[in-house]
Amino acid sequence: MIDMPIQESAPLKAEARGLSFHYGEVRALKNIDMPIRDKKVTALIGPSGCGKSTYLRCFNRMHDLYPGNRYEGEIRFYPDDANLLAPEIDPIEVRMRIGMVFQKPNPFPKSIYENVAYGLRVRGESNKRALDDKIEQALRGAALWDEVKDRLGELASRLSGGQQQRLCIARALATDPELLLFDEPTSALDPIATGAIEELIHELKKRVAILIVTHNMQQAARVSDYTAYMYLGEMIEFGKTDEIFIKPQDKRTEDYITGRMG
Amino acid sequence: MQGDFAQPASGRHAGGGRLARNVMRNLGESGIEMLLFAAAAVSVLTTLGIVYVLVSESINFFGRVPLLDFLTDTQWTPLFYDAHFGIMVLVSGTAVSSLVALAVAVPMGTVIAIYLSEFANSTVREVAKPVLELLGGIPTIVFGYFALLMVTPALQRIFPRLPGFSLLSAGLVMGVMIVPYVASLSEDAMRAVPMSLREGSYGMGATRLHTALHVVVPAAFSGLAASYVLAISRAVGETMILAVAAGMRPSLTWNPAEPAATITSYIVQVALGDLPHGSLGYQTIFAAGLTLLLITLVFNILGQWLRRKFRENY
Repeated sequence: MIDMPIQESAPLKAEARGLSFHYGEVRALKNIDMPIRDKKVTALIGPSGCGKSTYLRCFNRMHDLYPGNRYEGEIRFYPDDANLLAPEIDPIEVRMRIGMVFQKPNPFPKSIYENVAYGLRVRGESNKRALDDKIEQALRGAALWDEVKDRLGELASRLSGGQQQRLCIARALATDPELLLFDEPTSALDPIATGAIEELIHELKKRVAILIVTHNMQQAARVSDYTAYMYLGEMIEFGKTDEIFIKPQDKRTEDYITGRMG
Repeated sequence: MQGDFAQPASGRHAGGGRLARNVMRNLGESGIEMLLFAAAAVSVLTTLGIVYVLVSESINFFGRVPLLDFLTDTQWTPLFYDAHFGIMVLVSGTAVSSLVALAVAVPMGTVIAIYLSEFANSTVREVAKPVLELLGGIPTIVFGYFALLMVTPALQRIFPRLPGFSLLSAGLVMGVMIVPYVASLSEDAMRAVPMSLREGSYGMGATRLHTALHVVVPAAFSGLAASYVLAISRAVGETMILAVAAGMRPSLTWNPAEPAATITSYIVQVALGDLPHGSLGYQTIFAAGLTLLLITLVFNILGQWLRRKFRENY
């Protein structure tokens, strides 16, 4: 059951209402309701194939890139109070305001500088000074500035995996997103790089709402304020992270968290 | 059940079941190995043979014509009484016709590749690509007559002073002939760019076109460069279109609106004539052939270098 009253002062950033999603004939998400609080971290956990990435990718309309996909229900986005999934909403506008960091670091085949400048250039920024400023800010925000400030012209592929992922975070930060989506951002990284990213998430949530998919329950417990447990395309349980991990209401959540399943 | 074990030599161990060397099998293996080696050796030996013939005949040629004259003379009249052997005359024809062809093939091929890889839906792609590759299967002699009988008259309407044979019309048609190679190879290179890179770009709010030009094309650059180099090699080596439509008159020119001979069309011309073996005229085709080989070699090395320099590991 989902009826967990959340007395919470943090305002809503987004809210899924009756969200279902179809890959062709396959119904991958079933009737999901979930609030995303501003300046909080919401974690999505669940076994592989449960639909957590699919759910995450609804928020920036990534599914629009492939034919045969269909959304049902809505994702309200605040403060606009608009439905992100509405056909009249331009997915490009959505992606301008909602950033995403992927499972595998995917820097573009460009310099470190140009990677971070990418979103700004897409938005038409060409003033060198403004770009320089924003790029420094973004790299500082991603805790990467000190490591790369003397080599901004180098190809991004020369960085280590953990640095590349922080570069991808800087790239997303450069355009001041209101919501950041993380799709298993540390699954390709070693424990030290993972720790750095988790620390970063702690810092970032002071500025922006974060939705993170993780298959690592300890990570969810460490970084998130809220946790949702998903299973077979359904959201089984949602609540404050400590409550979910200490006394889950649903037997299935408990089984998953205690490692009896998944 | 027990019976199975009682009959060890029941065909499964035809060699008698002992762990001895199987002579027949070893013989078969080494036979196959030799056959495969021979097949590989034939192609290598053929290449070596070609190089040997080109080089040895060219040595004879350069024994009679100084290399400096070969490279600097401005006339190519090997069959005249006052013979001149300036290869630059033929090189200029090859260069001009190839540049015209590349001016058509590279932009068109790249645009088609971008469309097929980034914009077309799968149905369009599945129809368009085979059709495009069919274009690459048309015999070049057909392209040659197309240039001579269709393209030249059409061009003459726009440029009334264009002669009946020209590097321009041959080069244009040659470009069209090369388009499928460039498009197909470039499309392969762009499709090999992982989807995660595109998603990263779309995720930043980029449009399809912006993603194609700023992420996919740079990521596929080594493959694109390889396809362009292949286009150059094909243009430099193309023979029939130029022999038919460019007019086989050697002239040192950089003007595409003139007729001229290329290295290849000169070789055809001489090889079809009845020059006695060992004559100087006969040896010119080997010197010209060696020049052609060196030019394509340079471009192949350039292609390899570009591939290595710009290879992206995703």
